[in-house]
This record gives sequence, C-alpha cells and structure tokens, in this order.
Amino acid sequence: MLAYIAKRLAIAVPTLLLLIIISFLLMHAAPGGPFTQERALPAAVLANLEAKYGLDQPLWRQMATYVWGIVSDFDFGPSFIYKDRTVNEIIAQGFPVTLTYGSLSFLLAVIVGVTLGVFAAIYHNSWLDYLAVGISIGAQVLPNFVMAPILVLVFTLWLRWLPGGGWEGGQWQYIIMPVIALSTSFMASIARITRSSMLEVLNSNHIRTARAKGLPERKVILRHALKPAMLPVISYLGPAFVTMITGSVVVDIYFSTGGIGKAFVDSALNRDYAVMMGVTILVGALTILFNLVVDILYAWIDPKIRY
Amino acid sequence: MVIDATRMKSLGDRFAEAEVRGRSPWADARKRFAHNKAAVAGLVVLILIGLFALFGNLIAAWSNEELDFAVMGQVAELGRPSFASGHYFGTDDLGRDLFARTVQGTRISLMVGIVGSAIAVIAGTLYGATAGYVGGRIDNVMMRTVDILMSVPYMFVLILLLVIFGRSITMLFVGIGLISWLDMSRIVRGQTLSLKHKEFIEAAQATGVPTFTIIRRHIVPNLLGVVAVYATLLVPLMILTESFISFLGLGVQEPLTSWGALISEGAGTINYGTLWQLAFPLFFFVITLFAFFFVGDGLRDALDPKDR
Amino acid sequence: MMNKLLLTTILSVGLALPAVAATPQAGETLAENQDYTYWLLDAIKSMDPQINTDVEGSGILRSLFEGLYNEDQEGGLVPGVALDHELSDDKTTYTFHLRDNAKWSNGDPVTAGDFVYAWKRLADPATASEYAWYMELMQVKNAAKIIAGEAPVDELGVTAVDDHTLQVTIEAPLPYFPKMLTHASVFPVNRKVIEANGDKWTEAGTLVGNGAYVLKEHILGEKVVMEPNPEYWDNEHTILQKVTALTINDQDAALTRYLAGELDRVDIPAGRYPQMKAEYPDQAISVPQSCSYIYMFNMDEAKGPAALKDVRVRKALSYAIDRDIIVNNILQGGQAPSYNWTHAATEGFTLPEIDYASWTQAERTAKAKELLAEAGFGMDNPLNLTLNYNTSESHKKIAIAVQQFWKGVGVNLTLNNMEWKVHTDKMQNQDFEIARYAWCGDYNEASTYLDLFTSYSGHNNGKFFSEEYDQLMKDSKTAADPNPMYTEAEQILADEMPMAPIYQYTKVEMIKPDIKGAGLMNLMQNWYLKDMYRVAN
Repeated sequence: MLAYIAKRLAIAVPTLLLLIIISFLLMHAAPGGPFTQERALPAAVLANLEAKYGLDQPLWRQMATYVWGIVSDFDFGPSFIYKDRTVNEIIAQGFPVTLTYGSLSFLLAVIVGVTLGVFAAIYHNSWLDYLAVGISIGAQVLPNFVMAPILVLVFTLWLRWLPGGGWEGGQWQYIIMPVIALSTSFMASIARITRSSMLEVLNSNHIRTARAKGLPERKVILRHALKPAMLPVISYLGPAFVTMITGSVVVDIYFSTGGIGKAFVDSALNRDYAVMMGVTILVGALTILFNLVVDILYAWIDPKIRY
Repeated sequence: MVIDATRMKSLGDRFAEAEVRGRSPWADARKRFAHNKAAVAGLVVLILIGLFALFGNLIAAWSNEELDFAVMGQVAELGRPSFASGHYFGTDDLGRDLFARTVQGTRISLMVGIVGSAIAVIAGTLYGATAGYVGGRIDNVMMRTVDILMSVPYMFVLILLLVIFGRSITMLFVGIGLISWLDMSRIVRGQTLSLKHKEFIEAAQATGVPTFTIIRRHIVPNLLGVVAVYATLLVPLMILTESFISFLGLGVQEPLTSWGALISEGAGTINYGTLWQLAFPLFFFVITLFAFFFVGDGLRDALDPKDR
Repeated sequence: MMNKLLLTTILSVGLALPAVAATPQAGETLAENQDYTYWLLDAIKSMDPQINTDVEGSGILRSLFEGLYNEDQEGGLVPGVALDHELSDDKTTYTFHLRDNAKWSNGDPVTAGDFVYAWKRLADPATASEYAWYMELMQVKNAAKIIAGEAPVDELGVTAVDDHTLQVTIEAPLPYFPKMLTHASVFPVNRKVIEANGDKWTEAGTLVGNGAYVLKEHILGEKVVMEPNPEYWDNEHTILQKVTALTINDQDAALTRYLAGELDRVDIPAGRYPQMKAEYPDQAISVPQSCSYIYMFNMDEAKGPAALKDVRVRKALSYAIDRDIIVNNILQGGQAPSYNWTHAATEGFTLPEIDYASWTQAERTAKAKELLAEAGFGMDNPLNLTLNYNTSESHKKIAIAVQQFWKGVGVNLTLNNMEWKVHTDKMQNQDFEIARYAWCGDYNEASTYLDLFTSYSGHNNGKFFSEEYDQLMKDSKTAADPNPMYTEAEQILADEMPMAPIYQYTKVEMIKPDIKGAGLMNLMQNWYLKDMYRVAN
C-alpha cells in the first residue's frame, strides 16, 4: 500500500511539470499580454514593465525561473495585474473560501445523495422511490448558473432571508446559497448511483443469505449492503471533485464569494500569467491528491483490491 | 455528472462473455429495451427533438436573426409568446424570434453533443484498443500518459484554448471531445485486455491474421455495446459542458446560438418579467438531457441485464 | 510677472466656497445612519496611485488620497492640497501654493516634496507604471525622455521650492493643465511608508494617505472598507462614517442585491432603465458621462480593406446605422445618438454643422445606398466586412442590430466576438476591418478626444491620416481659445468619416434617494466620498 502511494506521488511530479509546460505555452501563445490595454502603452513603458516582470527573457528561461522559484522558495511569483499582491497571497485568500464552500457542498452532496439513494432503493418502486428519482434527475440537469439566480431571486429578493452574495469571512448565511447551488447536481448524481448500486447489492446472494439468517433489515442494510454499494459512489467522487472546482467559477461570479474559480477565469482573460499558472498547478495538485485518496478509500472498502 | 464506470465495466465483461458463448447480446436487447418504458419514452422525445431541430424552422414565422423593431425595447410588454405575432415562444431582448432561435440552438447543441461525444468515443476506443492489444511497454507508456492527462484540469485548459484560438464551433467540438476520451480509453483497454487472451483471438493470431484485422474484426465489434452506451451517456455531458462555456461567454459566435447561450441569457433576465426567455430553451434542454440519460441507461440495462 | 488671470477664472467658484466638503443644503437634515455601500464590477487592481489604471480604482484613490485640486459637484476645480497657483508669462511654469494644514494619515505633514516624489515615481522607468504616459500627456518637462530611459529621473520638471510651494515646468503651454491635476496618478504618496514596505505598502493598516478616508479592509475581489481619516485637514466636514465597496461581477446580480437593499448605488444593465424608472422613479437616474462609442474603420495602408479606403463607403456605412433604434430600443438609458466624436457636453466645445445629423433615417439610408452604388457595391454585389467586438451583452446587441441595418443596404457583416485582450491586441496591430471602440475623456476638454485621430497619436488604431487635422490639433495647443479649432477638426472627421459614431454615454444607475453629493452633474463622473452624505427622509 505504501509503495503504491509512493509510486502515485512519484507520477505527480512529471504530471505537474507537464501541466506547467502546457499551460505556460498556451498562455504565452494567446494574443495580447498582461499589459495590453485600451490605451497602448508607449514602447518605453512596455519595455520597462516587461523587464520588471522578466517577460523580456526567452520563454524557456522564464519557465525555468518560474519552476525554480516554486521548488526553492514555494514562490509562485507576483501577480501581473494585482500589482500589490503575490500569487501566494491571492491563493491564500481565495483558496480557503473555495475549500470551505466546496467541502461543505461535497459533504452535503454525499450525505443527502447517499441517504436519498438508499431509501429509494429500499422502498423500490414506491412513491418515495419515484419522488427521489424525479428530484434527482431534475436537479442533475439544471445548470448551476440557472440555479444561482433562482436562489437569489427567491431567498434574497422575495423572502429577504439571505444576503445575495459576499463572503464576510464565511458566516453561515453567506455560505448557504453557494453550497446549495454547487451541490445539487452532484447530490443528484450520487443519489442515482447509490440507488442503482444499492438495488444491485440488495439482490445479491450475500444479502439474501444475511436476510435468510434472520438479521433485522436495518442491520442487513447498514452492516452488509451499504459498504459494497458505496464502491461506485466512491469512484464517482474523483471526477466529481474536478467538476466541482469548475462549478466554483459560477458560484464565485454569482455570489461574489472571492474564491479561486473566479481568480482563474479572470487571470486567463487578463493574461495574468502568474495567477493563472498558480491556480492551474493548485487545481492539478488537488486533483492528483484527491484521486489518490479516492483510490485508497476504494481499496479500503473493496477487499478484492490489493496494491 | 459523470458516467458510472463500474457499470460500464460490467457491460464490457458481458460482451466478452457473450463472444465466447457465441451469442450476441444485441439479439435480446431490443426486446428488453422495448419493455423499458422510460427508455422508450426517452427515445420518442429524442426523435421529436430531432424533428424539431431539423424542421422547426419551416413553421417559424420569423428567421433567427431578424430583429422585430416593433417589439424591440418593449420586450416585456410586446415580446410575449403569442400566435398572433408569430413569436410562438416570444422574443429575446432584441426582438428576435425565440422559437427560431430555440430551433437553431437545438441544432447547435445537439451537434456539439453528438460530434463531441463521437470524437471522445473514437479517440478513446482507438487509443484504448491499441494500448490493450499491443500491450507491454507501449501499453505501459500509453496508460501512464492517460494517468497524467487525467490530472489535468480540463475545463481550465479548454478555457485557455477558447481564449487563444478564438471561439469557433470546431474548437468547441475538439475541446469538448478531448475532455472525455480518457475514461473511454481506460474502459476499452480493460476490455481489450480481457478479450485478447480469449481463445477465438488466439486462434486468429495462430492462423496469421494481421493485427489490425484482428482489432477490426474481433476486438472492435465486441466493444460496440460499451461504445454505444458510453456515447449516449456522453452526449448530455457534452451539452452541459457547452452550456457552461456559453455561460462564460466563450461559446459560438452570434448570430448562431446554443441552448447554453439562450439559457444563460434567460437566466440573466430572470428578474425582468421576461421569463419565457429562460423557460423555453430550458425546457428543451432539460427534456433532452433526461431523454439521453433514460435512453443511455435503458440501452445499458438492455445489453447488460442485471438479473441474468 | 505672474499671470493671475487664469487662476481666478478657474478657481473663482472654489475660492468662494472654501469648505467644499459635504455641505447639506438648507432644509436637509442628516440621517442617523451615515453608512454607504456601493458597487464595483471588478476587484480593485491596485491602491497605489501611480500603479492604478482603472476608473473604479480611481474612485477609491480619490477618497484615500488628495491631489492638488479636487472637483466640485459640477466638475469645476476646487482647492485640494493646493490653495491656488500662478502661471508664468510664457505659460510654462506653474507655481502651486500648498495648504500648511494638510496631513498624512500617520500625522506627517503633506509637503511639496511628497508631490515631487510621487510625480518622479510615476515617470521613473523603475516603477514601470502603466500610466507613466500621463506625465507625458501633461507635458511635464523631460517626462518623455525619462520614461524612455534617456534622462535621469531627477531632471523631471517638478521641484519643491519650499515645503508648501511646488513648481512645475511644462514643455509647451497647455491650457487644460490644471484640469489634469485631479487625476489619481498625480496624487502624492508618502515616501517613508513606501520605502519601508515596498510593494506591500498599499495593504490595509499599512497604507498611509492624505485623503478624507483611510483604508480599513481590502479583501481582493470581495470588498473594500473605508472610514474617515481623523488626520485629514477637513475631517470635521466628513459625514459618511463607513463606506463599503462590494465587488459583484455580474451586473444583474448586483442590481438584484441593490433591490434587496444590500447596496446604495449600482449601475443599471443595458436596456433595463425604463423598467427601473417606472418602478423606482426616485432612484433610477441617467446623467451624461464623458465617453463616446464608435465603430472604427481600418484605413491602414497595408492591412485595411480596400473598400474602407473609399470615403463613400465609410460614409455609407455610417449613414446606414439607425442610431435612434440603438439608443431608444436597445440601450434605453437616455444615451444620445452620436454623429460626431467628442462628447457633446464637453466644456467649451461647439459642434460643427454635421449634415447627416439632421436628416431622417430614410434619407440617410437612401444616401448610403447611393454612395455604395457609386463605389460599386449594391444588393447584387454585396460588400463583405467583419466587425470585431469584445465580449459584453450591450456590445453584442448593438453589433447584431448594426448587422441588420447594413444588410438593408447590401453589406454583409460578419460578427467576430472576442475577449477583451484579443480585441485590443488585434486593434493595436491593425488586424481588423471594423472594430468597436469607445473612449472616455481623461479631462473635461475636447482635445482628450480629438488628439486620438492625429497621425502621431498612439491610439489612432484605424490609421486615419490628415495633415490638415494634425496641423489644427498642433495649433490648438498654443491657441488662446482652441475651441474653434476643435470644431474645425470635428468637421474634418465628419467629412472623412474614419469611424462611425454611434452614441454618447450616460451614466445609468440606481442610487438611493437619500444619498446626496454624489457629483452626478460632473461629466467626468468623478465623485468624492467627502462630499457625500445621507439625508433623513
């Protein structure tokens, strides 16, 4: 197991390097630079700016300097657009926000999704089942950029229960709507996956045996059925995590939460090379880490898999 | 929204098994599919949507780019859905006919979904089948590459691509297609590996059938079930991805439009008394995605019945 | 011999009203609550006066810092740190007299040396300021050479005669020089604080300013919080007690939050004004703003399309645009249809007689068809052109409408939407045929617009070239009254039509009726928090 983890982490290094190279080249291939603006800068000023940010160096040297900065000092450089901030600061401010509402959404999606799925499976073909399936399919296909304005309209403008956006250090009333908007489609997916895998497990031989032994139904489900039924859900969590990071862009735009999703889109549009690279690397690293955690979890639950 | 990989693997196993037994799983599948009400309903909806996309503009009273100057500027009052004005679905903010635009958005979105998923499936199948069949070091390198690419935040790369190469429908196809071929290649490789050591393949190899012919004649047909199901389930994901791209303003160029673009416009005006701008495109979007899910699930269940 | 004439004409209003801070009118009672929350579209990029480049940042900087002069409610100059100034006979040396009670928020006195330091900092290549060109635009002596790295920074034409006397030498007479002093990039900064903290000096808690407010909190992309600066020389007249600026990236979301009572001031998205006006007549406002919206034609020798080099085609394209539909049915925010370049409300500017402005649209369209036919185009031989515009809901709507207008005269327009940086990059490299463009005045004087179409302007992206025009603009710099020359220059633009004017901006926004002093009548839309207050209902 440890060897497996070590191997996976070893792959992470070339992966991140590749990611850096791809995004670096793509970014620099894009027309316009961080200092392209409506009022074209005089050549002299542009030259000064490029000298200041090292953009006058050949591309390979810029990349080498950049990577070396990360390796030696964990320094992702200064932002080209937010000139009084470093990338480290921008991420340090935005990432905890994204992490907070992201993990809460994740938790909510898993808890509600699994519960919904399990009940739907137990009461298969009852009204409860149909209701759960109906809700989950509806939620699954409603894009979160439609969900968000509807939530604001209802809870902010009509009911006046919740503020329409902002973060305020993560007070609860500011978290609710982002979490709902972000989690519903995952909740729905998890519910559907749980339901179908639970149904399958409940029809399997070992559950029949357990029931035949006269164990109470509650025990059968919690002890014997739930664990194997969770396998497909767990393998879903990895990709779901990535999609969720993407979804955070919508949340940041609509709810002005100030997370890294918005920071990424802005940096790509503003050609803020350093921030763009920083966020991409962060998300790449998280993806690798999360996939690893999911695999370990999977191995832990599924006795058939050994590394 | 991601496709349940476990079920896909199970489906693949089923095909491998069937090949050995010499009985095609397609034979019974049609009957089973026909008994699945949700799947049949989904299929009917898809056919209707397809007809709407193809022939909808024949019944539209307006073209998709004409501005109705009489309505423009007072859309909330005059742009309501009405048969009298010929705007069956109402108009957008510029007085353009929403019915014609929905027809057009349907075309673009379906096209993005289908072409995108075709690209993903073809790339994934070829890559996976090659890796699995050739095996050895090449397989190792190819699958390590997939592992590495799996960790790339694709939506980010796609945004970069659209920013760099400008928005074009080709870029959307390619970009969206490239996001999803990785999973497909893994599944296909797994299936190929298990097929490779089956007797009928080994027999073919022994009689000197060329590698490519083996892949074409024996491997690929046995992957069809997986491919079909995967492709069907991928289409709605592609459409969802496209809608997200449109939300970011990186979608197709005006006067073309897509469901994503229409919905995103509609969602922005939700508070201004022109709810039809959101409702109609969203309705088509939602029922189509439903239909694809039902058909995809139904197809999978029909090909891989769990109660076997 | 100093010339006091200009001084009195410019400063008469201000000198008569020395306490120009928040001044409730007779009959107004102040509200209990003096908190104010307003909207920002984007995160504030920098709080450093010499680094900042955008309008929203300038708004905050005008509160945290104070320059030589401020603007009053109508945009006239009033004393800031400077009480008044004298101009030498050759009109190239300004001597400013600074007030002796101005203080930094850390208690240090504000001296002429602080201005000298800030101005040199702006021009210094080492600062690499994107607004260094502003020093050049002000024609401060040696600025151009310093920016290009050809002269040492110390040779900049600005000196501190003593702590309260600042002397500025400019290259050539510049009638609107004093007006340029309200711009944020020439605000003073505190050398001690900058040298002690480097790039970090603008953080809340570290930032030291000389404005009426101090920075309490700045969470990038979320909010900026400001409170009164007790060290400010006129702090007793500051009324608003807590000011919050919230970043909301989505305009519709911002309006919704305004309606839910979370904001006191917000822009109205394009096309929503009539509805808001009907529902909230006391809150929806539309006031002129000094910006002009055009479609620029590419007339570049090598890269411009051949057809656009024909003045008949350019005119036809301009004539065929139905500006009334654009302003009345699309934008709907009281914008003015535009047939010229300079914003019509610009101080001192007189419009020339522009013939097609008074025609009916039917006449214009007929003339457009005629001109196109003369140039060899028509329905059977359509002209194909491409329009570049950057991503925005209202740009998109206007482009779609223009596409339809031009279709009617036999022009096939392909729309090419691209994001901002790409659009700008293509314009600056002349990689376009027709491009959406807008320009906002830096100061309230016509040359801020007209200079753009000179052959030596860095912003003349369509490469229009007219010797006569260049000469007029050069002569206007030294003229006693440049306005007749501006009018003549506009006439040349109307005759040559290097761009199709479309509309002139208004600021269309929702503002709570109890907020006063927001400078709505100031064409530049520059407001000062110190002048604002809430009245009780």
